[in-house]
Amino acid sequence: MASLLGRFCRKMVVPGSAHGGARLVSTTTSCESETVKSLNLYSAINQALHIALETDPRSYVFGEDVGFGGVFRCTTGLAERFGKNRVFNTPLCEQGIVGFGIGLAAMGNRAVVEIQFADYIYPAFDQIVNEAAKFRYRSGNQFNCGGLTIRAPYGAVGHGGHYHSQSPEAFFCHVPGIKVVIPRSPREAKGLLLSSIRDPNPVVFFEPKWLYRQAVEEVPEHDYMIPLSEAEVIREGNDITLVGWGAQLTVMEQACLDAEKEGISCELIDLKTLLPWDKETVEASVKKTGRLLISHEAPVTGGFGAEISATILERCFLKLEAPVSRVCGLDTPFPLVFEPFYMPTKNKASFFCSSVSSPSKTHTFSCRH
Amino acid sequence: MTCQVRQGLHALVVLLIHYPQTSLKTPLLSCFFFFITLHHFLLFFFFLYFFLADMAIWFARSRNIVSSLRQNLGLSAILIKRSYSSPRPVTNYPLSSRVFLGPFTSYRHESTAVETQPDLVQQSDHEDDAQELDFPGGKVGYTSEMKFIPESSSQRIPCYRVLNEHGRIISDTDFIPVSEKLAVRMYEQMATLQVMDHIFYEAQRQGRISFYLTSVGEEAINIASAAALSPEDVVLPQYREPGVLLWRGFTLEEFANQCFGNKADYGKGRQMPIHYGSNQHNYFTVSSPIATQLPQAAGVGYALKMEKKNACAVTFIGDGGTSEGDFHAGLNFAAVMEAPVVFICRNNGWAISTHISEQFRSDGIVVKGQAYGIRSIRVDGNDALAVYSAVRSAREMAVTEQRPVLIEAMTYRVGHHSTSDDSTKYREADEIQYWKMSRNPVNRYRKWVEDNGWWSEEDESKLRSSTRKQLLQAIQAAEKWEKQPLTELFNDVYDVKTKNLEEQELGLKELVEKQPQDYPTGFHI
Repeated sequence: MASLLGRFCRKMVVPGSAHGGARLVSTTTSCESETVKSLNLYSAINQALHIALETDPRSYVFGEDVGFGGVFRCTTGLAERFGKNRVFNTPLCEQGIVGFGIGLAAMGNRAVVEIQFADYIYPAFDQIVNEAAKFRYRSGNQFNCGGLTIRAPYGAVGHGGHYHSQSPEAFFCHVPGIKVVIPRSPREAKGLLLSSIRDPNPVVFFEPKWLYRQAVEEVPEHDYMIPLSEAEVIREGNDITLVGWGAQLTVMEQACLDAEKEGISCELIDLKTLLPWDKETVEASVKKTGRLLISHEAPVTGGFGAEISATILERCFLKLEAPVSRVCGLDTPFPLVFEPFYMPTKNKASFFCSSVSSPSKTHTFSCRH
Repeated sequence: MTCQVRQGLHALVVLLIHYPQTSLKTPLLSCFFFFITLHHFLLFFFFLYFFLADMAIWFARSRNIVSSLRQNLGLSAILIKRSYSSPRPVTNYPLSSRVFLGPFTSYRHESTAVETQPDLVQQSDHEDDAQELDFPGGKVGYTSEMKFIPESSSQRIPCYRVLNEHGRIISDTDFIPVSEKLAVRMYEQMATLQVMDHIFYEAQRQGRISFYLTSVGEEAINIASAAALSPEDVVLPQYREPGVLLWRGFTLEEFANQCFGNKADYGKGRQMPIHYGSNQHNYFTVSSPIATQLPQAAGVGYALKMEKKNACAVTFIGDGGTSEGDFHAGLNFAAVMEAPVVFICRNNGWAISTHISEQFRSDGIVVKGQAYGIRSIRVDGNDALAVYSAVRSAREMAVTEQRPVLIEAMTYRVGHHSTSDDSTKYREADEIQYWKMSRNPVNRYRKWVEDNGWWSEEDESKLRSSTRKQLLQAIQAAEKWEKQPLTELFNDVYDVKTKNLEEQELGLKELVEKQPQDYPTGFHI
């Protein structure tokens, strides 16, 4: 029950002084006198885009319906402020959007393209994998499309079904040459998006659509960047390490609180960048706790959790006190009415937390598959 | 009107009764009767014309009566509906043909009605008031005739050509003249490309390089298009356009280095042979996936447009590549974004073993341009002067008008698809021979250059032997050249080597040092 309530009333108002140790609020900015504003995720993204276009006159934002502000309002005000030459609608064609973006980026511009839903990114898969990811390498560094950033809303939204809820990050994590970044909150999103846009490599930036309006946080108004490929320990603990990204961290945060009541001290890590991912931070944490639980919405088989699990096993095998656990989506297309059953909910996570922490319990959900 | 009828009929009767009885006893008398006859003939037809015109007016007036009746009595509208819809599309039939259709066809009523009573349209039914319909996207005229646009027009789009098969300029053709210097350079490069293709192909057959693909039969497209561009135009090739790079100054040695993937290869040995690229020459690196360069070209064109450069993007594609989704994406984006892009399609008849009859059902590729709102032309791809003129004009249009242009260059792929292909397995050797000998673009152009006195047999043998020699030397040198250091396997995946790559590099170095026999030699660690 608590998990159901937690799941659907997930308005995440996180002031600076939240639960002891819980640092879902990003603290990576170090400016002393910064003005902050309470913003939701789409407003934070919007701010980042305004700053990006402001600071680089050779940057462009385009995609389907981007002109009027976008279906999620992430691009509000950009066309009016920077002009239709730089912020514009494209025809309905993802392969064209990304291909066009690659061309612009190859000429030294920054192209921040929007794919309306991550579920529709696949027509652009060829351009991303065969072209963008290999552009620099295949040319011997004569050419590059590092200025390309592809933004797409991803993840469950409560009623999205097959084609408005997907988490396709695993497909892209298997492609050397691109980076995959997923923010967990408004403050993180702004900093990570600016880093992604300015990173000299093509980046795929997945935004948790569930948090567009649900998550509200104090976001500094100035221009700041959060480094890529640096994971963050957002909650410290000693008994078990939990690793996740995006909206799933809110769920895992709740699971950590529940586990704490049972006396289990959880360490929660936000990976932020999935490719290339920060193995060192996770390794150090698991060497300390001896246990690992990975959670993501995407189906468990072949999900990115498998990569983390395999790597940690290689590096921390002798320090592990229990098998690595994965609490993930089921191996089905994302269902509509069955969403509450499909999702890796707080209770599923709590269940594993306790089973993994307790030496007597030998079965885990993931073992049964 | 009846008077006129009576008079006309009278004239006719007189004619019929008197003429057979006319005696020709005296010339004067016969002349007299001849003129009487002529007079009556003229009268008859004169009155006949007016009679029919009157009839028309009468019927038109009655139509007016009927149309006003129609407004009041809905039923009559159903009965007469077909005749009174307007406006009909203008036909080209001459008036005289209408006259003899007879006075009672509604078709004729409409046409004469439209011509003689233009204000009738305004008086027509309120449903027909609007001459056009307003939809998102603008006004469209309407028609009550249900007519499907045929799947193809009755005639294929003709092919622009300057030189005939004998290398003579076809009279009355318009083309952009080339200077002697340019013309000779074009020929030299076409011949060089031929020699280069031949030698590299043989090198692959000898096992010295792993792969090669030739541009045999397409030398005119390669060289003439390049000659028509400016060096600032950014080229995004497919893979059968090394001639463009050759024209821009890429040396035979540089070609050889890429094919051997040695240390001097700008691509650092990462890709198969023929995947050339040179930022210095504004020639994007070749990638094997088909048509991916087309939407990228739209982006490149847009970048040039925003920078207000006097340059355009030029991108190449084969006939097969136009079936890819990226072709649609590329052309549509270029058109919508009004990007200066010249799309050059080399329609060489074959996509590996797939003939164009299995590739599309349209009249080639040129007709597809209009579907995207793109100006297009079909050109004889084996005619160097035609290709030069077309590309030059297209380029000017693209840059001055900031719009995309599509060129379909008709040609034939004389060679196999690549060294991995044997095209005699799917096409007749006779066909290949025919195109190689009789429709050879290099020979055809050579005739023209020679006819102008700008080239001789001596020049020919000198060029071919020196190029051949240079190539053999380039290949020998490239073969012996040092290989890329192993670290280049890990560089340029990202701008800076990432941790996982550093780890993997260390791991691999260790392994190679421990088990060198498992690995090829010559790669400096």
